[in-house]
Amino acid sequence: MLRLSADKLDKLFSAISDAKELYLPVEENGSSKFDKWSEETQVNLNRLNTVKSPKDLFFPQSEDLMRFKKEGKKITVDTPDENCKEFVVFGVRACDVKSIEVLDRVFLSEPVDTYYESKRKAATIVSLACSEPEESCFCNIFGIDATEPAADVSTWLADDYLYWEAKTEKGEALTESIKSVFEQAEDTSAVDAQKENVKAIIEKLPLSGLNLDYFKNNDMMDIFNSEKWDELYEACLGCGTCTFVCPTCQCYDIRDYDTGHGIVRYRCWDSCMYSDFTLMAGGQPRTTQKERFRQRFMHKLVYFPMNNDGEFSCVGCGRCVNKCPVRLNIAKVIRALGGEV
Amino acid sequence: MQIEENKNEEFKPCIVAFCCNWCSYAGADLAGSSRLTYPADVKIIRVPCSCRVNPLFILRAFQRGADGVIICGCHPGDCHYTTGNYYARRRMTLLFGMLDYLGIERERTRVEWVSAAEGAKFAATMSDFIDTVTKLGRNRKLRDLRCKE
Amino acid sequence: MQRVIDKVKELLANGVADRVLAWKVGEFPYDRIPGVFKDDLDGLCYDSFSACNLSKYLINETKKDGRVLVLMKPCDSYGVNLLIKEHRIDREKIYILAVPCNCKVDIEKIKDSGIKGIIDIAEEGDVLKINTVYGQKELDRRQVLCDKCLSCQGKKHVIYDEIIEDDEQQNIEKTDRMEAVEELEAMSPEERFAFWRSELSKCIRCNACRNVCPACSCNKCIFDNTDTGVAAKSNADSFEENMFHIIRAFHVAGRCTDCGECSRVCPQNIPLHLLNRKFIKEINELYGEFQAGEDAVTTGPLTFFTMEDAEPDVVYKKGRD
Repeated sequence: MLRLSADKLDKLFSAISDAKELYLPVEENGSSKFDKWSEETQVNLNRLNTVKSPKDLFFPQSEDLMRFKKEGKKITVDTPDENCKEFVVFGVRACDVKSIEVLDRVFLSEPVDTYYESKRKAATIVSLACSEPEESCFCNIFGIDATEPAADVSTWLADDYLYWEAKTEKGEALTESIKSVFEQAEDTSAVDAQKENVKAIIEKLPLSGLNLDYFKNNDMMDIFNSEKWDELYEACLGCGTCTFVCPTCQCYDIRDYDTGHGIVRYRCWDSCMYSDFTLMAGGQPRTTQKERFRQRFMHKLVYFPMNNDGEFSCVGCGRCVNKCPVRLNIAKVIRALGGEV
Repeated sequence: MQIEENKNEEFKPCIVAFCCNWCSYAGADLAGSSRLTYPADVKIIRVPCSCRVNPLFILRAFQRGADGVIICGCHPGDCHYTTGNYYARRRMTLLFGMLDYLGIERERTRVEWVSAAEGAKFAATMSDFIDTVTKLGRNRKLRDLRCKE
Repeated sequence: MQRVIDKVKELLANGVADRVLAWKVGEFPYDRIPGVFKDDLDGLCYDSFSACNLSKYLINETKKDGRVLVLMKPCDSYGVNLLIKEHRIDREKIYILAVPCNCKVDIEKIKDSGIKGIIDIAEEGDVLKINTVYGQKELDRRQVLCDKCLSCQGKKHVIYDEIIEDDEQQNIEKTDRMEAVEELEAMSPEERFAFWRSELSKCIRCNACRNVCPACSCNKCIFDNTDTGVAAKSNADSFEENMFHIIRAFHVAGRCTDCGECSRVCPQNIPLHLLNRKFIKEINELYGEFQAGEDAVTTGPLTFFTMEDAEPDVVYKKGRD
């Protein structure tokens, strides 16, 4: 394991960004997001979750797919360059690392989504272990270890040092290119102490006892037809906050925009909470908010695991828990449907 | 990469004018048949009444490259539908105030009352508005970059 | 607040309504979810965290049979009047219990003060005693009130069938609600443009502001209607960020009750109420004082006019005298 004094983080960031673009959690104007690093950016590694997850870097909220142009009788089609410049994402939490695995299952299985793939290939992910989990965290119930994040490189901020450990070839390559900023960490007891400490805290968190057995052991149609949905959805406003802050929601819509002298075909995040989600010539298949609400949680907790070796498409990051305007969330759904502590 | 437009090239603003069918549109006709001249950069859109103009129309004009938007209607008291222009007056006053509040140049939008008999006023109004917008230069704040050629 | 729960029980027992729309406790000690209770009032809660405006829920509730008892804070009651005026709810089908309000606490502000891992919150006078996994913390509730409460319209209920009298002393210093608008007006256009760009560029188009707003009660929003040419689910260009918020503010101009929900629910903390307040300020200055939802009859300023109204060029003349 390597290490670097925490007050020299800027040196690390500038070393990384000498060769590649660097994205990391940035505080901006009362909000936070993964943004490109420059010397002026206000980096905040203490915040547990950014509002939008790093999903935005691989699967942007709005992305041009192609442009059509008509000149006389000739139509030309332009597609964007698929060779994405190499970049590094720093400070990704364990839950968000897991969410990228979930997205990989969707976008990298056949047929491969080349737009996603090009960005995914170009990225080196540097994760950061959690040191202060919050009450909205429940990644542990999905088998995620917040103290031992996966990714190309794992890092820990403990006792004024950043500890750095490469886990993959990509991670090794990045480490090699910036080797000079680090020193060997002979003593990693600070990391071990932090891990133990954080694990003890996670035990005490209110959502850490949620149980997913109900979703594993029951028939899909029984869950679908549960009477509990009637009460659960009641307060839902039908806004897209939960979907847009979610690191694993991957539904999108493709639209054509008429620029007056051509067409831009773009895709943008969609939300199953919206009245025009999967709108077809025959109308919307889910006409009530209850059905739309149910769709979101059925997808995450039932449909997705059925098609993906039992892997849930929720990572317990707690973003929807914190951001829902009326404080509905997946934890409430899990508990109400049968996941009692 | 050159982003700035060529400075030597004379800037010709694109103006969208929403004209009421019953007065200003006829006023524009009169200006034409009287052989009065005003710059050709004005694109007239005929509307049944000034109160038909929805704030979205104005924003959409800017989105697609307009540098100035002017709404012309009947003089207060003369509306073909009796009261349409009174409502338009309130709406546009509030909308223009909001655009100004967002930091968008207030001179890019205007309301002018022009009757069917005022061909000369129509021509003069347009010339004056174009002068104002030309001084402001291209609209950059309320524009959709996708619509740029 | 036991007084409120007792009153609700009494009213239901008297048969004024067959259900009650109120706030329900959720997963965390600060979660207050709008919910309907029938016989079992378990979980009904009214306290410092009951910030959600319940008025819009009445649209759906009054479509059902029977009568609903609803708890209303002073700021929410304006929304009820507005919805009655616009024929979105049936007055006969609701029974309004006015509940006193001594400002609500914003959980985000508690968290922004650095408090993490909250297990429990107890209120003692003005002191919030917060039990967290990282130890016991204390906060003065006056430091963490919702922004919307700091400049609210006061404690007056504009519509109710029954009222629970306020016995608490108001000890919260209010600010003038137009202060921030005036500050913006005093800036140069370039500064204002930069301010709004930095705010509106954060918008993720989640529609929370729209869906929570009691004045946004269209069955189908223009931005959801694919036939309008402006429908969009994301902001593909900065223009769309501006357009969505200008048009939304304009659609509720003269109808916005200034309940502050739009800014409270924004996941990106965009001060959206400053757009609505600009319209309120202009309307008050140009067309006379008007408070939407003050009553359920007065015609709104944008569906009304006088012969002597100001010409639109008052906007250009401002600040140039």
